[in-house]
Order: sequence, then C-alpha cells, then structure tokens
Amino acid sequence: MSLEVDLRLTLGPLALQMELVIEEGEIVALLGPNGAGKTTLLRAIAGLVPIDAGHVRLDGEVLEDAATRRYVRTEDRSIGVVFQDYLLFPHLSVLDNVAFGLRSRGADGAQAWSRAMEWLERVGLGRYAKARPAQLSGGERQRVALARALAPEPRLLLLDEPLAALDVTTRAEVRRDLKNHLDSFRGLRLVVTHDPLEAVSLADRLIVMEAGRHVQSGTPAEVTERPRSRYVADLVGVNLFRGEAEHGSIRTPDGPVVAATDAISGAVFAVIHPRAVSVHRVRPEGSPRNVWSGRAGGVELLGDRARVRIEGDTPMVAEVSRAALIDLELARGGDVWLSFKATDVVVYPA
Amino acid sequence: MRRERAPLLIAVLAALGAAFFIAPLVGLIVRTPWGSAVQSLLAPDTLQALRLSLEASLSATAIALFLGVPLAWVYARIDFPGRSVLRALTTLPMVLPPVVGGIALLLAFGRRGLLGAWLDNSFGITLPFTTAGVVMAETFVAMPFLVLTVEAGLRSMDRRYEEAARALGAHRWTVFTRVTLPLVAPSLVAGSILCWARALGEFGATITFAGNFPGVTQTMPLAVYLLLETNPESSFVLSLVLLSVSLLVLIGLRDRWLGTA
Repeated sequence: MSLEVDLRLTLGPLALQMELVIEEGEIVALLGPNGAGKTTLLRAIAGLVPIDAGHVRLDGEVLEDAATRRYVRTEDRSIGVVFQDYLLFPHLSVLDNVAFGLRSRGADGAQAWSRAMEWLERVGLGRYAKARPAQLSGGERQRVALARALAPEPRLLLLDEPLAALDVTTRAEVRRDLKNHLDSFRGLRLVVTHDPLEAVSLADRLIVMEAGRHVQSGTPAEVTERPRSRYVADLVGVNLFRGEAEHGSIRTPDGPVVAATDAISGAVFAVIHPRAVSVHRVRPEGSPRNVWSGRAGGVELLGDRARVRIEGDTPMVAEVSRAALIDLELARGGDVWLSFKATDVVVYPA
Repeated sequence: MRRERAPLLIAVLAALGAAFFIAPLVGLIVRTPWGSAVQSLLAPDTLQALRLSLEASLSATAIALFLGVPLAWVYARIDFPGRSVLRALTTLPMVLPPVVGGIALLLAFGRRGLLGAWLDNSFGITLPFTTAGVVMAETFVAMPFLVLTVEAGLRSMDRRYEEAARALGAHRWTVFTRVTLPLVAPSLVAGSILCWARALGEFGATITFAGNFPGVTQTMPLAVYLLLETNPESSFVLSLVLLSVSLLVLIGLRDRWLGTA
C-alpha cells in the first residue's frame, strides 16, 4: 500500500512542485511555514484542487493524471480528511456527523449509526452522540472530526493542521490521543503542520517544504540534526550557513569564512549551536578560530539561559547565561564580538 | 459614554420622514370601525378573498422555492457567459411596475400570446383570468425576492463544508440536500417570507393578467380596492389585516434572520 504523488500546479502566487511517497506503516508529516503550499498539496491529493501536471496514485490506482486526463472525484477517492477547523456540520448531531461518511458510502441508517456510535465510543465521546458540534470543546470537536474521517475506513488519512485550532493547554493531551489513533490506523497517514513539535511528536518521517517545493526529508532526528534551510534551522534553533568548503574553511556567499575541522569539501551546510557561540564586549584573543563583530539585538529568555540575536553582515544567535547577559549589558545593544571554535562547527554536504 | 446627538436640521428632517410613514398608519388605525370589524372580516366575500389570497400566495411561494432555489444556486455557483444579464432579467419584476408585468404575462401566456396560444390549442389550457393566473402573476412578481435572498445566502456560506461532505463520499445531490440546503436554511426562510409577503400584497399584475372575479381571481388587495367604493369601512378593516401581516413579517425577519438589533 502506498501513496505516490508527483505534481505541479499553480494557484495564485503559489507555484507548487512536489514529489512524495508515503508507504504503509509510516506516519508522514508535511512541515513548512505558512504559505508554503502544504494545504494546497493536501487538497490536490484529495482532488479538491486540479493539478497542472503529474499524477496522484493510491495503491497503484490512478486518482489523477494530467497526461491522460484521468480524474477520480473527491467523493470517489478512498480518503479521510480532518480539515483545519474540523468543519463539523453544525446542523447535524455529533452522531450524524460521524455517520455521514458511512451513509454517503451506502450504509443503511441503522448500520451507519451503530458503527458511528462505536467510533464515538472509541474516541471517548459516546455520551455526546446527540449533542451539536457547537456544544463541544475544541479538543472534543477534534476527536469527532477524527472519528468522522476514520469511520468509513479510508485507505488514506489526511490531516490538515489537526491541532492548530486548539489552545495550548489542551493541545498536549489531544496530541497524545491523536498519536494513539494514528498508530492504530492501518491505512496511509499524512499530517500537514507548521508546528515542528507537532510534526516531531506525531510523525516518524518529516517532509519539509517551502515556497511550494521540497526542501528536506528524513526522520525527525535527521532533519533536526542536519537542517538544510534557514526555516528548519530557525525551528530547531541553530545557526546555519551554506557555502563552499575547502581545506577546513567554508566560504559563505555573504562574507565570513567559517573555520571548521571537518575535511569534506564542495557545497556544504554548516551548523553552529547557539551554546557554542561566545559573546564578548572586546575583541577576544585566544584559541577560537572564528571571531567576528556585530551588534547585540533582541534577547529571548529560556529559563536560566538567554538567547541573543547578534545583528551584522551575518546574523547569528548566541546562547549565554543570565549572569553573562547582565554583566555584558547585552540587553542595551551595542557592538559585540562573537567567537566559536572550529570544532563546534558541524559540516555536512549540501 | 456620551450618546451622539443629531444636528438640529437633520433631526427635524428625519422626524418629518418618519412622520410621513407613521401618519397613514395612525390614520388607518384611528378610522377603523372597531365595532363592526369582526363582522366585516367574517363577511362571506371577505372570507372568500382571504382564502384565495392565502392559497394563491402560498402556492406562489411554493413554486418560487421549487424553481427559485435552483436558479439561485446556478447564479451563485456556475460561471457562465451572460449570467449577469440573465440575473438582471429575472430580477426585473422587482422594479418593474406590476401592471407592466401583467401586460407582459398576457402577451406571453394570454390566449393569443406566444406560449398561451400553443397551450390553448395543444392542451386546452387557459391561464389568464383563472386562479392559476393569479398564482402566476404573484410568482412572477415575488420570486425575485426569494432568488436574490437565497443567492446571497449561498454566496456567503462556507463552501468548505461542501468539500468536507465530498471528502466523506457524498455525491453532488447528497451534498446539496444534506449540507448546502440546511446551511442556507436561514436564507431560505427569509426569502420565502419576503416572497410570500410580496405575493400576498400583489395587485397590479394580478388584476391585469387574472382580472377581478370574486372567488376565482379576486384576492384581498383587489377586494380592498373595490370595497373602497362600495363599503369603505370594510376596506379599512381588510387594510389593517394586510398591514398587520406585513408588520409581523418584518418584525419576524428582523429579529430572527436579518440580525439587526
């Protein structure tokens, strides 16, 4: 069982060109900033947005192929979708919402209701069968939406920002429940999200996209250890450079040469964790091979540590103790020097 | 918080404007012979006109729903060349003098009209000067209110609910009946009430196309107009009945569907 997508489409300012495969047994998260085209890609897979070129195949069955003009309508695709905001039908009871897919796909009333009831029990909401969606909390609505999508037993489950509509306090709990349901669902699973925590906790493979294109994919560990774009680096909270490596130094397009100890050469990414970056008020003299100047910018507190943005030709983030933050008066800005050791630079091929 | 006050000139003109509407209503209420009101209402001719009015206006509303909702759906959802021209043509009765509408109906469905002659010759169906003619005239004048209201409702509804239904395997007809229509129910109700009220008050097109035969085509507004000459006091009572109905419609719409305070 697998989903194979290779498509191109243009929608307003968005030019989407993506290729992805989802295999049985894995949970894939599509991660990217707002406007990257994640939702559009999900809608194209569901058949709600026409594609300009390429194809969508589910278990070898062609759902859409621009070349042969084959198009299977959304209602005829074996998919379940949990939409952003859930889109529970406000005029139907919770039970009728969950039974909707079963009835549309031909189950008779009594049968649909009894199976819908089973699903409601499964997500722990049996007692709300007769309630209207408006009477439920956000987390409960999310569970109804999930039950509604799963009840017809689709081969592919698509979730669009499933937790974005929830407040922070309920999110953790709902996420855990969602993870359990995703784990027990036997079909293919794709979650769209802009929240890295959500992606990492729900999925076992991430696909990162930006501006309609694939940027990076891999296990959460692979992606966070070796970010390949500024977006991912910012999400993970590390400094990222791209440049040409030669003889232990990396030439970046916007100026500084970063000294590193890794011996690879050619196009590379270099990652420096903020903890490895030291901040000084006067030019430091010592062993660190990378020293450059900048201005102290925004400060963000993280427990007893603080992250300081260093503005300059090459912005960087440094992590210092709160004592250092006060001693160096970094909050008032001003010129600073920063340094980091060549051994703290992690280099990998671009 | 200080309330905003209207400048004097505006306040005076506004008061005059309001008085212009209120004075006739007051006149009607004051001059209605309350003593003989029940008697006037229960007169056989009046009851007959009342019954005919209710039957015809409700039939017109039913036809308007049956044909007007699909029309509204097409206007709201299907992009085709000439859509705005067609919409303008079907909205025309709202601004057309009803008499003109009646004449147009005669020319199309009259015995020698474009379609009327064919209907008469082929099926022996005559529409003008029949109760069916009353229903047609009322539908012609009142249906645009329903079409416009429902179209606005369809345009403002969140179409993603329809997509959610499709993703659950619902085919187009199921989506329409189980999701679209229930979601625009407030517009359906508001449109039906507006349409019904307009049909109930219809005069010009009805008298032109259907004539004024007691028991067959004489609706309440026609009866009121006729009584004005023979029995003015009865016509005041009937006028008040029509006015009350209109007022109730307006109040009902305002509180429940138009969302204004």
